Amino acid sequence: MPLLELRGLDARYGDTQVLHSVSLTVDDGDFVAILGTSGAGKSTMLRAISGTVRSSGEVTFEGERLYRRTPEGMARRGVAHLPQGGGALRALSVLDNLRLGAWTQRGTSARDLVHVFEMFPMLYDRRRDRAGSLSGAEQHLLALGRAMMAKPRLLLVDEPASGLEPAVARSIGSTLHVLNERGTTIVAVEQTAGLALAAAKRTIVLDAGHVVRTD
Amino acid sequence: MAGFAAHVVTGLASGGIYALLALGLVLTHRSTRTLNFAQGELATLSAFVCWALTAHGWAFWPAFGVTVLLSFGGGFALHGVVIRPVEGGSPVGVVLLTVGLLLAINGLDAWIWGAGAKHVHDPFSTATVHVAGGALSKQSLWTAGVALAVSLVVGALLARTKLGLGLRAAATSPVEARFAGVPVGALVATAWGLAAAVGAVAGVLASPTFGLEPNMMRTVLLYAFAAALLGGLRSPLAAVVGGFALGVALELLDAYVHWIDGVLRPPVAFALVLTLLLARPGRLVGPERWAA
Amino acid sequence: MTRRMAALPAALLVAAVVLPIVLSDYRTGRLAAVGAYFIAILGLDLLLGRGRQVSLGHGGFMALGAYTTMILVARHGLRDVATIPVAACVAGAAGLVVALPSLRLRGIYFALATFGLAVSIPPLAQKFDGLTGGSTGIAFYGSSHETGSGGSVRLVGLSLSHTQWTYALTWAIAAALFPFAWWVARKRRPTTLLAVASAAYAGVAGSLVAIDLAFFSPNAIPLEVSLYLAAAATLGLYGSIWGALLGAFVVEYLGDLVGQIPRVPASGPGPTTFVFGALLVAFVLARPLVATISRRKLPWRGERS
Repeated sequence: MPLLELRGLDARYGDTQVLHSVSLTVDDGDFVAILGTSGAGKSTMLRAISGTVRSSGEVTFEGERLYRRTPEGMARRGVAHLPQGGGALRALSVLDNLRLGAWTQRGTSARDLVHVFEMFPMLYDRRRDRAGSLSGAEQHLLALGRAMMAKPRLLLVDEPASGLEPAVARSIGSTLHVLNERGTTIVAVEQTAGLALAAAKRTIVLDAGHVVRTD
Repeated sequence: MAGFAAHVVTGLASGGIYALLALGLVLTHRSTRTLNFAQGELATLSAFVCWALTAHGWAFWPAFGVTVLLSFGGGFALHGVVIRPVEGGSPVGVVLLTVGLLLAINGLDAWIWGAGAKHVHDPFSTATVHVAGGALSKQSLWTAGVALAVSLVVGALLARTKLGLGLRAAATSPVEARFAGVPVGALVATAWGLAAAVGAVAGVLASPTFGLEPNMMRTVLLYAFAAALLGGLRSPLAAVVGGFALGVALELLDAYVHWIDGVLRPPVAFALVLTLLLARPGRLVGPERWAA
Repeated sequence: MTRRMAALPAALLVAAVVLPIVLSDYRTGRLAAVGAYFIAILGLDLLLGRGRQVSLGHGGFMALGAYTTMILVARHGLRDVATIPVAACVAGAAGLVVALPSLRLRGIYFALATFGLAVSIPPLAQKFDGLTGGSTGIAFYGSSHETGSGGSVRLVGLSLSHTQWTYALTWAIAAALFPFAWWVARKRRPTTLLAVASAAYAGVAGSLVAIDLAFFSPNAIPLEVSLYLAAAATLGLYGSIWGALLGAFVVEYLGDLVGQIPRVPASGPGPTTFVFGALLVAFVLARPLVATISRRKLPWRGERS
């Protein structure tokens, strides 16, 4: 049984139709990269899955058809959506951001925090700083750290390395690879093929809201 | 000097009431970006409920506890019914809505319980404590103490608990918080419930000293706004500290500056409000994404 | 102006002439109060409709205008009518003092500041009692040549009672101020200017109230009036002339209406205040719907906010 199944997904912004009958199957443990030029509907696809935008069509997760989805509801089901830019809560401290990642988890998160800090030592140094004072790259890493705290089944990540230096981008790519190895299914959206070639197992190409190529 | 201590204690007592109300104002402002003009009237309504329970034979502390719980529920429900529908609309509209609530609750209080002041006997003792040769009112000490305790509890809730983290997340970055799985809508309503509960404490504390009548919190609301403004309407800590400080400052001004007497408290607070507004940076900058 | 627009000042003029003849002095006095409220609400409409800010202190600006008039007439012997422009300036200046710190910030701080003003005026009036007569208030009983009070006034050959005279004065000024407000609202204006004009209008209204009563005290215009005026301006679908008129009538007569409802105690302000508040809450909740309806029916609207 696939982890995530999309069938005939349509989405519009106002009068413009952005997704045209998109269908996709993602298995447990997959790492899917979604490529396409800007405006192709990649971000919209992730938003449609997490319920950030309205869409019509079928979305099935863990065998269950989900009708009205909301980001917070999906997060509680184990689907973490990292929007463009990381979605850090700028007013809160780094530590608070990470703790927030574990909001959907029961029990304490102290050990998970330790793991995140091991992976991203720089976040530990700045743990009491406001997230808004971090650089763009650091905020991306913070977002990943938060996602790790949430221990999601499925991670939807929107342009995880955009605008970052190649070295940082590679580090993010390898982090995602590690996460995937540990069992998190990942759907990553990207404009360039760098991350896809490096870490993903499958690639999908979107053009003007249509799936034009799948592996 | 003993007189000075007595004045400080009195100031802390009234300041504690301002602090609690200001805390409520900050909670509602951070969660919904609106100035809740009905904050004072909600506190008065809670005070009437507590009084009504005691008039029906309840002991004070059970009545107080139930009142606070009912107020929490009331604030929670009020947000869902009346505030949430207009949350996305123009700020002026929401302010007018809270003004409507002010009038409606004020009128309701007068309708149900009449416009005259109810005698509320001091739940804490009327005795005085003698310190350094002066007499400090136990009532004032208790009032200040309870206000401080409630403020500390709320502060700890916000800073250290998971619920508090969710409240802060929902207040500062609701969009991103939802991605993290935080049920922003429910938490915003919780913030309103919490504000109403804190206001209930303020109202009950105020009843013996200010006199329980429908207009009890009318000017107090202005003092609470001034205190909340000290923290830019964003910082609960500054609002609480500001409230206590304002209470003491007004009391001392009243006692020691001859041409300022009790009558002039509202204009002093008003001048403070104008000064604070002048002193703020040109745009309300800060961690929040959205403008005030 | 279109013919529809010109019809209103004409209608006001006719009403100003006819009604006081047929009604008692008491009723005429209440209609004069309506006129004063109408002027104040016009000011609120300017600010609310065009500036998207609300003043919760218009009662305070009215009180400032009233006290200006009372002090100038009772202590300095000015003619009552002559004090009206001065009252406008004093209230306008107060509006400026309140507007400058608060309007520079995004948000609803002007409402907060004006609320503070409304709460502060009665204590200030009590404190500076050398000037204002304190809690007992201030009255003027000049000769009829100065003030028209106490005796009848001769106007265009007719002998009018004091109330009829203030009624006529109020509505004549209202009729003149309406086109002026319309003119101000035609273009985009700085919000501070709208706030000052709004306050000035309230000052005129307060001055007229003082002239009518020939008396004023700190609690003559309590905080409720400020809130009622803001509520009435909102209920009147701000920006609309008919709304301002309706709002003025509501402020004056709602108490009577509520008292008519069976099983509602007529004495005491509670039920009236409650109804006002409930109406305002209901209106704001229903506003999107109302806005669509009103856009079609009402003339004289600036940009819809």
